[in-house]
Amino acid sequence: MDAVFDTVIIGAGTAGLTAAIYSARAKRKTLVLDRKRPGGMASTTERMENYPGFPGGIHGRELMKRFAEQALEMGAEVVREEVARIESEGDIYVICGAKGGTWRARSVILAPGCEPRKLGIAGEEEFTGKGVSYCATCDAELYEETSVLVIGSGDSAVEEAVYLSRFADEVIMAVVHDEGVLDCNRSMAEEAFANKKLKWLWNRVVVSIDGDDFVTGVTVKHLKTGELETVNCDGVFMFVGTVPQTKFLEGFVDLDRGFIVHNEQMETSRTRVYAAGDSAVTVLRQVVTAASDGAKAAFFADRALCEEEEYRRALAQAGEHYLVYFYTPPVQRSLDAIPEAEAVARKQGIPLVKLDTARFRNVFREFSGTEVPSLFEVTGSRVEKKEFLCS
Amino acid sequence: MVELHKDNYDQEVIESKGVYLVDFWSDSCEECLELMPEVEALEEEFAGRLAMGKVNIKGNRRLAIREEVRGLPSLLLYRDGDKQAVFSKEFDIADVRAKIQELLGE
Ligand SMILES: Cc1cc2nc3c(=O)[nH]c(=O)nc-3n(C[C@H](O)[C@H](O)[C@H](O)COP(=O)(O)OP(=O)(O)OC[C@H]3O[C@@H](n4cnc5c(N)ncnc54)[C@H](O)[C@@H]3O)c2cc1C
Repeated sequence: MDAVFDTVIIGAGTAGLTAAIYSARAKRKTLVLDRKRPGGMASTTERMENYPGFPGGIHGRELMKRFAEQALEMGAEVVREEVARIESEGDIYVICGAKGGTWRARSVILAPGCEPRKLGIAGEEEFTGKGVSYCATCDAELYEETSVLVIGSGDSAVEEAVYLSRFADEVIMAVVHDEGVLDCNRSMAEEAFANKKLKWLWNRVVVSIDGDDFVTGVTVKHLKTGELETVNCDGVFMFVGTVPQTKFLEGFVDLDRGFIVHNEQMETSRTRVYAAGDSAVTVLRQVVTAASDGAKAAFFADRALCEEEEYRRALAQAGEHYLVYFYTPPVQRSLDAIPEAEAVARKQGIPLVKLDTARFRNVFREFSGTEVPSLFEVTGSRVEKKEFLCS
Repeated sequence: MVELHKDNYDQEVIESKGVYLVDFWSDSCEECLELMPEVEALEEEFAGRLAMGKVNIKGNRRLAIREEVRGLPSLLLYRDGDKQAVFSKEFDIADVRAKIQELLGE
């Protein structure tokens, strides 16, 4: 049988690589799977100006190269394969690759990130690669001395528009809002308004992308007058947000509009499966927050594994027939009742395993425990709840 | 793989006989860099039957536009100097391989 990894991380972007650094550093056997080269979304960003520690900014690709290097240095393995699905086999998760590879893991960190949203307007798919682009750093150079149109007005749209203006003669901004209103932060808006190459079309929605073999323009609709007009351009860059790449997780973990649901410990609806980064439910989707998520996910995964290991050791000592007592220090009554639990064990002549629910959350969950204190009698695979408190 | 540019493209590609694969790329195009090893593997696989070159669009933008490249990465396939197929953006390298085999009559 293949070796079992302590932690398998899906996605080698900011979140996944950070999780790998923490996990491998905690001496956990760690694997990162990505269908592409390590680096993720941040690799395609020209300049990262808000990642702490790099005054003057750093190239997204350079930054992510360092993340990957550090993960490898700590001892994580990185394998290139797309994950098609995850199955659960008892305590183990089996990660199945699209090309047939399988990996076994005791814990899983999901960090598949997001991809650009497609608007689904006429011409969008037809002209992708023929004038329609979702990646300014890929294609900007091809549009030197031309006129391009940008759809969107969020942080990415405005940032990428400013980048495009270094190449194109004219960058037309189609914005759905009233004049002067953008969805990006204020300093970026100021920079954009000061840029002479940016031309603004307010209250406009793009209804179609037009062309013959290649894009020649777009049709925009004025939201107030309903008037349609043709705008000529050589390229259309779409930055209308992103959508989580979590299709392969449907039915495996709970999702909310595609984003992975998790608690404060980054744990998903499955035991020892964690979420991190842009694909998780969160308020801010940035490199620094994805890194922070990754660190937390790896930390809690390691803690859950320690818990499991400690529990297994305790059980190995206890044998086939024993009592499990759940307590937690904040509940004074559960501390006071320890002698009573011990008395029950003595009377029955079997061992007592005492577990703090704060540290043994997963075990508590496996026992379907709801209240503290509680006492269970385990005989082989049979578990029985015991009423034992006098008061 | 031959480094192609505006001054040697016609002689190397357009005036050549046989099947020619051209990879248009740029330093800042992450997807292009990612694709490169797969393209190089094709060169090995079809050694002796397929000619191959790459164009860094930096300094060759007009050439790219002339060859109707509007997005990166783009792979262009020629036979006897005539363009036969264009693969741009989201494509599968397996489709490129199949097209090469078809053009080679294999
Ligand atoms: C244009 C643009 C500009 C930005 N600028 C900034 C900025 O200036 N500063 C900043 O802090 N943030 C910026 N961001 C946001 C930042 O890039 C993201 O928040 C961050 O990269 C998210 O990291 P992640 O690890 O969650 O996901 P990603 O980096 O997207 O990584 C996810 C990885 O998972 C892989 N994957 C997905 N599904 C599978 C699967 N099924 N099997 C295997 N692998 C899979 C993907 O290939 C990818 O490599 C920008 C984003 C965009 C789009």
